[in-house]
Amino acid sequence: MDLGPHAPFIWASYAVATLVLGGLVAWLIFDGRQQQRLIDELDGRGVRRRSVRGSSQS
Amino acid sequence: MQTLTQRLANPTRFMALSGRLLPWISASAGVLIAVGLYMAFTAPLDYQQGHAAKIMYVHVPAAWLALIGYALVAASSFGLLVFRHPLADVSAKAAAPIGAVFTFLCLVTGSLWGKPMWGAFWVWDPRLTSVLILFFLYLGLIALRSSIEDEALAANLTAVLGLVGIVMLPIIRFSVDWNSIHQQPSVSRLGMPTIHPSLLWPLLVMAAGMAALFAALHLKAMRNEILRRRVKALRLIEVQSAAGMAQQPAE
Repeated sequence: MDLGPHAPFIWASYAVATLVLGGLVAWLIFDGRQQQRLIDELDGRGVRRRSVRGSSQS
Repeated sequence: MQTLTQRLANPTRFMALSGRLLPWISASAGVLIAVGLYMAFTAPLDYQQGHAAKIMYVHVPAAWLALIGYALVAASSFGLLVFRHPLADVSAKAAAPIGAVFTFLCLVTGSLWGKPMWGAFWVWDPRLTSVLILFFLYLGLIALRSSIEDEALAANLTAVLGLVGIVMLPIIRFSVDWNSIHQQPSVSRLGMPTIHPSLLWPLLVMAAGMAALFAALHLKAMRNEILRRRVKALRLIEVQSAAGMAQQPAE
């Protein structure tokens, strides 16, 4: 695709947007998985919230 | 009769609802951005700027979302300080880094657009400078929160700064009237847009796609923050129960 004499500026804009937004998406997915893994580990050791313990006892 | 915000005040209910919504919002964002990019790269050339105007399709939505993101931080801060809504602080904390990223994107793409059009990557112009201050304000909110260990105090102080910072939004909006080289608004203005429909539609589709992406990112960040607070609460329960068991033999 020929974007004329300003092509480097145009491609750089879209590249930065892709990298920055892609990085943010990846970080949020990684962070969510890490928090869920920590909850699963605590759950595996029998540590549960009172509301969860109450509902499982009843 | 509970209002929607009261019903969503329960984090467990919010997690269930956001878990169902997130895939749909993410998919809409992907489809809209793909269609928007196709429309943007097949749109006719701008009569003055030629191909360089294609930077508009990423720069303008990023600029709008930088401002909308800050309005979300301020509204969430208001919700925390006035209504003590349990999810308001989660929303404010989740929105700040996302808003900062969109502001950064606005500044970088604006700079890359400025060089071929104005001959400089940066000028200390009222519009550019006020958006740079908004970026620093976002960073200040993140830094202030992370510098205070007491979470409740950090939430309250960050909310106060978040509300005070809303003064930047009208400043940015009207900064183009103060001897600025930045162009006047051509879409978000009273009356009809001054941009031709063949260029306006790709811009609106890209803006809708990036707004959906912002919404998906914000929901995901809120879900992560709720999980992080659960981890903290569970660790406290574990420590308390371990301390209780350690005391039992002595009794």
